[in-house]
Amino acid sequence: MRRTLQAIPLLLAISVILYGILYNMPGGPLAPYLQNPHITAADIARLKHNLGMDQPVPIQYLKWLGHIVTGDMGYSTSNSEPVFQALLERLGATLELMGASTLISILIGITAGIIAAVFRYSLLDYVITTGAFFGQAMPVFWFALMMQLAFAVHGIPLPFGYQIQLPSAGIASSDTFDLGDRLVHLILPATVLSLLGIATFSRFMRSSLLEVLNTDYMRTAAAKGLSFRTILFKHGFKNALIPVVTVIALSLPGLIAGAIFTEYVFAWPGMGRLFYNALNQSDLALLMGYLLMVAFLVVFSNLLADVVYAWLDPRVKYD
Amino acid sequence: MAAPAVPLGPNIVDEEIQISNVTFWRRLRRHKVAVAGLVVLAIMVLAAVFAKQLAPFDPNAIDNVHWQGTPLPPCFQDASQCGGHLLGTDNVGRDLLSRLLFGARISLTVGLFAVLMELIIGTTLGAIAGYYGGWVDYALMRLTDVFLSIPLLPLLLVLTAIVAASSSKAALSFWVIVLIIGALSWMGVARLVRASFLSLREREFAEAARAVGNNDARIIFRHLLPNAIAPIVVQGTLDVAGVILIESGLSFLGLGIQPPTASWGNMLSDSQANLQIAWWAAVFPGLCILITVLAINYMGDGLRDALDPNMN
Repeated sequence: MRRTLQAIPLLLAISVILYGILYNMPGGPLAPYLQNPHITAADIARLKHNLGMDQPVPIQYLKWLGHIVTGDMGYSTSNSEPVFQALLERLGATLELMGASTLISILIGITAGIIAAVFRYSLLDYVITTGAFFGQAMPVFWFALMMQLAFAVHGIPLPFGYQIQLPSAGIASSDTFDLGDRLVHLILPATVLSLLGIATFSRFMRSSLLEVLNTDYMRTAAAKGLSFRTILFKHGFKNALIPVVTVIALSLPGLIAGAIFTEYVFAWPGMGRLFYNALNQSDLALLMGYLLMVAFLVVFSNLLADVVYAWLDPRVKYD
Repeated sequence: MAAPAVPLGPNIVDEEIQISNVTFWRRLRRHKVAVAGLVVLAIMVLAAVFAKQLAPFDPNAIDNVHWQGTPLPPCFQDASQCGGHLLGTDNVGRDLLSRLLFGARISLTVGLFAVLMELIIGTTLGAIAGYYGGWVDYALMRLTDVFLSIPLLPLLLVLTAIVAASSSKAALSFWVIVLIIGALSWMGVARLVRASFLSLREREFAEAARAVGNNDARIIFRHLLPNAIAPIVVQGTLDVAGVILIESGLSFLGLGIQPPTASWGNMLSDSQANLQIAWWAAVFPGLCILITVLAINYMGDGLRDALDPNMN
């Protein structure tokens, strides 16, 4: 509860800094108009007055904050609709992509981490840890292009004349909902976005499990005559998972950044693509709304990580 | 998440899964890959430094003789069509190899300068916070928290987009990119330096330095900082790789290094239009990014093992 309250000043400080950076940049929110020869200096002054931009900055900030708190994030010029509504419309597609990727990352990453730890220093461990290193060094956008090249442009030939050919853009082929079609469209983007998570989670799972395998209570369990399998899954796995849960919660910024690239390359109609489009059209209200939203999500997921960590591991106490 | 650093002797569970004494080989292998990383990076640096001498063509020149509107293939794929371009050309007939070489310059120098900037800001703030403690520490660390809570890539994109909108995309010069990245990635270093300084300032040599009447600046930079340098070097090395990834990402989205200057990121961006016919334009720049980042990461990992055996 106290930690929840601590998040509020943090969010306020974030809003001050974002407001300070964005609205005091050269040109500011009126930058698109300054370039237009048909708009005179008097027009600019009138716009500034109408938008309240001739008032002191702290007043402007407080007014703006008041709007944000009540859910009014301003009007998106590039989408001709309120920012909140524009973000909400794309939420579903982004959740589908991020959710699928996170699920894949957790399943494969944790399994690979366990295998690597149990068969430490084996060839399998070597392959997994090297793969994880590659995964962490891989530029998301290049991986996306390579997947497109391999599976969408050329198609991977299979025996008996079959070929894997996957759609490389969009979320679905038509407006009518078709689960199979949606899944086929999801394969490439979700694979691309899950790579970093797989790499990160497997590395953490491996080192965490190795640490747990080295503890006294694991030795006690072994001394009792329990089988290795029982020790591993009843005692080791659960305890090793605790720090990994935190890492999963903390992986959100990477996931958000990855989603921007993935949605851009695969023309995925989510918030990342909305954000990208707004970048090129100087849609400051939408950019601001997006930044505030992701910052809020990051603060929230950090908080969640702390709470879950303390709940899973009673030895941890926050003051 | 403090790790028990001291292993608790020979281990029953371990023996079941551990075949023999292979720790030594693992160490050797780790160092081998670190050295391999260093060698690869050295080759990249040399290629970047001597890009002008090594490049077979002008990186921005269009091959009017051979280019017919579609990218020319690499010579190893089709020697009769390549027109002397070893790795082929891009969409508009510019030599891919030459652009890759000059792109190495951009990636490595952006990485180097942005990390230098990040180290200067991060070390200064971290040192002040750790040395003085109290409310100064509290204020600086809350500031760090705030910047850490804003996802870096979207923030960088917004800033570069605003710079581009305020005049033109040409305003996104090399130094503007360095400045924006460097100014927003100091938080990790600041935390690291602060943590070192919190313990270092209590040590006897710090006490002694204070007792003989040194001023704070001298104690911080002459006495404490040299003792905190190992983790800073490791973090700085790994961050070069991070910055290279960020710069290529910004350039890929059109908000980093601007054409015609070649960067691996904007080369990949260009490659999308002809992905169907010109695989080479999409494969090689990304391969360069991956190899460079991988080399730096392995080197950083090796450095960490060498400089600080307690970290993992």
